[in-house]
Amino acid sequence: MNYVVIGNSAAAVGCIEGIRTADKTGKITVISSEPYHVYSRPLISYLIYGKTTEQNMKYRPDSFYEANGVTPILGVTATKVDYEHKKVILDNGSEVSFDKLLFATGSSPFVPPMAGLDEVEHKFTFMKLDDAKALQTVLTKESRVLIIGAGLIGLKCAEGILSKVKEITVVDMAPRILPSILDEVGSEIMQKHIEEQGIKFLLSDSVSQFHKNTAELKSGGELGFDILVVAVGVRPDTKLAADIGCKVNKGILTDAHCATNLDGVYAAGDCSESHDISIDSYRVLAILPNAYMQGEAAGINMTGGEKRYDKAIPMNAIGFFGLHVITAGSYDGEAYVVKTEKTYKKIISKDNVLKGYILIGDVARAGIYTSLIRESTPLDTIDYDLIKEKPQLMAFTATDRAAKLGGTEE
Amino acid sequence: MKRIYVNEKWCLGCHLCEYNCAFANSGSDDMVKALKDVHINPRIKIEESQGISFAVSCRHCTEPLCVKSCITGALSADNGVIEVNKDKCVGCYTCIMICPYGAIMPGSDGSVIQKCELCTNNSFGEPACVKGCPNKAIVFEER
Repeated sequence: MNYVVIGNSAAAVGCIEGIRTADKTGKITVISSEPYHVYSRPLISYLIYGKTTEQNMKYRPDSFYEANGVTPILGVTATKVDYEHKKVILDNGSEVSFDKLLFATGSSPFVPPMAGLDEVEHKFTFMKLDDAKALQTVLTKESRVLIIGAGLIGLKCAEGILSKVKEITVVDMAPRILPSILDEVGSEIMQKHIEEQGIKFLLSDSVSQFHKNTAELKSGGELGFDILVVAVGVRPDTKLAADIGCKVNKGILTDAHCATNLDGVYAAGDCSESHDISIDSYRVLAILPNAYMQGEAAGINMTGGEKRYDKAIPMNAIGFFGLHVITAGSYDGEAYVVKTEKTYKKIISKDNVLKGYILIGDVARAGIYTSLIRESTPLDTIDYDLIKEKPQLMAFTATDRAAKLGGTEE
Repeated sequence: MKRIYVNEKWCLGCHLCEYNCAFANSGSDDMVKALKDVHINPRIKIEESQGISFAVSCRHCTEPLCVKSCITGALSADNGVIEVNKDKCVGCYTCIMICPYGAIMPGSDGSVIQKCELCTNNSFGEPACVKGCPNKAIVFEER
């Protein structure tokens, strides 16, 4: 069997490791535009901050490709797939044949049209290692940084560079920060905490025009800056797949086996859409754990094995300046809320299952909550009052606990 | 593979496993020096309520969600033992988000995580919690 993976991040690694659980000898080729050994993209802010290094941010050991019998073709872009003749065409003129193909093409930063953007000398997006390296070269203690976008990427960037620059202002059209993972109360807690570190927010606002080092704001004011980071969102890279007839909504549509509508063609990670069980709907869940697990399921299925990817939910663990946040699922349902000065807990149930939660500050054992959502555990089979108090195995029956901890079933 | 198994009927709730774990992973060879006046942060923790108690530590799952979810590659399985490379960990707590047992916790300064590694990476070499359990409520065996 001849496997080809377009992409070289978490979904690709999941696929390779999935394939190798069942097929030790098939040929695997990985193609990526980036010239790097597989690394973890979410770590680029930690790289700038100094908490990790290029060596430590490698997602798998240096021996990974060799140990798994993978041929990496790095620094080369796949420009087209010829589905009829089962081959991938590369920008260096060569072609790679496949029997089974995985799209793990990820996503790209979306830069909206903004008047005067061409005049801005130092402008960046913040997603790849090269983005971080480029940004690093211009950061100085005198830099005034303007970040457009108060989402996960913009704020991780802010955290990573704060100690290296003079000031940071974050502008967002939305009225609150981190709206993709938090409710209003959670946003407020995080905004206050991040502001206390010295970062300024201009919310419900946007840049109407750039004039070199000045941003004219929609609200009327002007803002001087030296460095611009645009982090308003990402778009799945779906073109190669769409061109050969894969069904694409926002992402490449995949089924519970991570297969597309085309025989032998799979998709995983940020480029794909999967079934989100917390809202019973298909959507892009662009988070690293899901990318790995989709890739792994795809890989096993590509070998002819059977692996379902059918417990997908949005879930995020993230921290800013020492304050940790873990969230999962959807927030539509009956909420149970406990708020203290430093912590916030909101857990949401509906139709006898846990649907979602937000934990800020005290995130201990959050995975017990996540598991209840992923497994759709009927809440009337556990002690929900204990679960509301805190995540704990005491909430399960003695029989369930014996299975979980005593090895009575595996 | 040998794993730690817990029988809650025999657990006395004495918390000795927590102290033995903290000592085993302290790097010290003097239990008093290691634990006196220290707020311990063991990798095994007792849950107790209304006369029921039991210890919880890493199950070393054969399909480890923490390893699959780790964003850095810091968590890996070495012959079935789930280990953390603290040089690679950045303390994002994704593993805490995904572990169904609540068996992974922040290290003492919060900058990286910690978890049971079956005492394979400390000088004990065999699980200190099991060895010190006075009522054999925690065992280390093949099942």
